[in-house]
Amino acid sequence: MGKIFFYAALALVLVSGLILAPEEAKLAIHPMDQFQVSALFGGDISWYTPTNVTAWMAAAVAAVFALLVLGSSRRAIVPGRAQSVAELAYGFIYKMVEDVAGKDGVKFFPYIMTLFMFIVMANFLGLIPGSFTTTSHIAVTAVLAALVFVTVTVVGFVKNGVGFLGLFWVSSAPLALRPILAIIELISYFVRPVSHSIRLAGNVMAGHAVLKVFAGFAAALGMFSFLPIFAITAVYALEVLVAFIQAYVFTILTCVYLKDALHPSH
Amino acid sequence: MEGDIAQLGQFVGAGLAAIGSGAAAIGVGHVAGNFLAGALRNPSAAAGQTATLFIGIAFAEALGIFSFLVALLLMFAV
Repeated sequence: MGKIFFYAALALVLVSGLILAPEEAKLAIHPMDQFQVSALFGGDISWYTPTNVTAWMAAAVAAVFALLVLGSSRRAIVPGRAQSVAELAYGFIYKMVEDVAGKDGVKFFPYIMTLFMFIVMANFLGLIPGSFTTTSHIAVTAVLAALVFVTVTVVGFVKNGVGFLGLFWVSSAPLALRPILAIIELISYFVRPVSHSIRLAGNVMAGHAVLKVFAGFAAALGMFSFLPIFAITAVYALEVLVAFIQAYVFTILTCVYLKDALHPSH
Repeated sequence: MEGDIAQLGQFVGAGLAAIGSGAAAIGVGHVAGNFLAGALRNPSAAAGQTATLFIGIAFAEALGIFSFLVALLLMFAV
């Protein structure tokens, strides 16, 4: 059955490449056009305008709600598919928080679970052809990273008081080196939200731009357009992996930063 | 030959910035390769270290993403 579908798809791709071959093959690639923010109902964009970004963010929240609330609402003893996935996600994140941030980090589990589910759903929804990827915008990921940064800093100071500054004072290093290391540690602390946000947005944006570049090749190659289409299939599979891994990396780094805030000594 | 010298610099700079992506690829490969080498020596300890693996890959990759971003800024924003 699967084989039949494969050969049918192959034949379709080959034939469509012949039929749709453009009269004059032209290399027109606009990989960044897909990230255009546009107002849903027209007009100018200000901070309260409903745009495609807000629409797809709402879709991500709805997807999380559908999976975690509706999917597990039946509370079956033998879980169905949606409930299994929900339970798997819960257990996965819970174990990660416990392992990386420590036992006392578990009370931040709801926040970290929220972050993970939102990012992973936004990434996966962005992989639907023709959709919009909210996490490809640095403005979106920067807000997420800034919230993590503020939370971690506040938690660090509330939990340890001035002792939180011990994070920057490497007591295992020779005394003469410590001021220099303190400056380096301070810089690296403030670069955290920058790298935290740009890593997610950059990865997602780069992957989607690569897909568009290959799509441009397909349009230009005419009857050989099946070659880039195979490449797109492979890159798409990679992108599914990246979408998950980047959400995982974002949350695990949040856990690492949280661990630093809870136990700042070196 | 036409076009202005600023645009030339823009494109050359973007190309140079792209080298950073390749350097980050070396770094990520180094992390993953060493993890695999260690994991094959002691497979029972490997499962507990996958989180460390991903943190290491993320830190190495971030710098490549920075250079990619510089290239993008040069191409589209400057």
